[in-house]
Amino acid sequence: MQEYFIIIIGAVLINNIVLAQFLGICPFLGVSKKLSAAIGMGAAVTFVLVLAGLFTWLVQTFVLNPFNIGYLQTIAFILIIGALVQFVEMVIKKYSPGLYKALGIYLPLITTNCAVLGVAILNIQKDFDLGKTIVHSVSHALGFTLALILMAGIRERLESEDIPKCMQGVPIALVVASLMSTAFLGFSGLI
Amino acid sequence: MLAAVISLGVMGAAFGVILGIASKKFAVQIDPKVQEILSALPGANCGSCGFPGCEGFAEGVVGGETKPSACSPGGQSLYEKIAAILGTEVSDYEERKVAQRLCQGGIGQSRMLYRYEGIEDCHAAFAAFKGPKACNYGCIRLGSCVKVCPFGAIESGADGLPVVDYYKCTGCNKCVEECPQNIFRLVGITHLANVRCVNTDKGKDAKNACSVACIKCKLCEKNCPEDAVHVVPYGTGTVAVIDYEKCTNCGICATKCPTKAIDIIPPISEEVILKSEEHASAGCQRCEVCQ
Repeated sequence: MQEYFIIIIGAVLINNIVLAQFLGICPFLGVSKKLSAAIGMGAAVTFVLVLAGLFTWLVQTFVLNPFNIGYLQTIAFILIIGALVQFVEMVIKKYSPGLYKALGIYLPLITTNCAVLGVAILNIQKDFDLGKTIVHSVSHALGFTLALILMAGIRERLESEDIPKCMQGVPIALVVASLMSTAFLGFSGLI
Repeated sequence: MLAAVISLGVMGAAFGVILGIASKKFAVQIDPKVQEILSALPGANCGSCGFPGCEGFAEGVVGGETKPSACSPGGQSLYEKIAAILGTEVSDYEERKVAQRLCQGGIGQSRMLYRYEGIEDCHAAFAAFKGPKACNYGCIRLGSCVKVCPFGAIESGADGLPVVDYYKCTGCNKCVEECPQNIFRLVGITHLANVRCVNTDKGKDAKNACSVACIKCKLCEKNCPEDAVHVVPYGTGTVAVIDYEKCTNCGICATKCPTKAIDIIPPISEEVILKSEEHASAGCQRCEVCQ
């Protein structure tokens, strides 16, 4: 039990996928203008990341390892994630049009999100079993959502602030991101 | 080498087959009429029809939940297209509506109470004594309507007042909802005479705040040949209001009004009356990813 707890705290706060490992910066900066969009994106990433973590682990364990072709990891994982996102999109469109509309354009965009591939590879590197893989994936997804929501909250407030013209938009967002990253360093001594 | 080629090939083929089967199995049946109507719609997803986006409206029209005329940006040309797709008669078309600003209190006309320095947003200024003008009812002139208009139809004029481009305006109601003073009305485009004041204070107070305010003198009411304009109770007081059903655009009220609070705009060309300009980014789905 304690192991799982350490994985969760480690993934959400200490090794936060965005603010400590700098993966998935693109949606972090791109979809953090509005809180509602940030929550939608966070939910979509959580969904795909967990499924991708599960399937890549299965393929690594039952295909890549037995045949001794670990060097194909990257291309195999990209293949899995791409196919998976397409499949999930079709299923959601059929059975839950509401969810499909809510996730909207974000779902296909996640195919190219490096956080998904990053977590899938981390799962393998850390030699997790299936249970730990799922917990690890969920926690990283939650960490991503947390970072995205915090960022969106700050940026919504920045909208009404008097910012010098040269710093408006992306420059101030990058400054905020770096400050958040520095702040998250404070969690490093937690475990 | 061989193992790599085979395993990747098998995986790719397997995913391909699965996706192929899935796309057949999970295919969603869409009424072809919905798709046709959707491609005919302006695609601005403005929501003035009351549905979430153009797709919802297209489904609603096909399902008979709403009238084709509910899409105000599309105008009459769209109405005819939808009627052709659905195979119904063209009837009950409602006149295209545009936003009219009911305030003329520009820089020279209105007395100012204080100078506002803060966020360039009408709601923020409205929070401080209902804006910097002495008149508590008029345009705050910080352009919240300009920012909210999805069609770029409102611009800030030289005197700070927003100016509506009737050609671009689609009557989507966004500015009406945005304005903290509620000075926009959707008015049929063929109506030319408007009382451009919503100040409900007594005549003397209104005149004291703004030189083009309605002073409730009832000259318009007395001179109207069609009995179309009346000083009626409105909000906390009274103000002149034109009944657009009765008004014939004769313009007598505009000439009689001592403060020029009623104005009559020049006749609008046939082209502008019938058609609103299709927005340049009509294909944009407003997902906001590009921002």
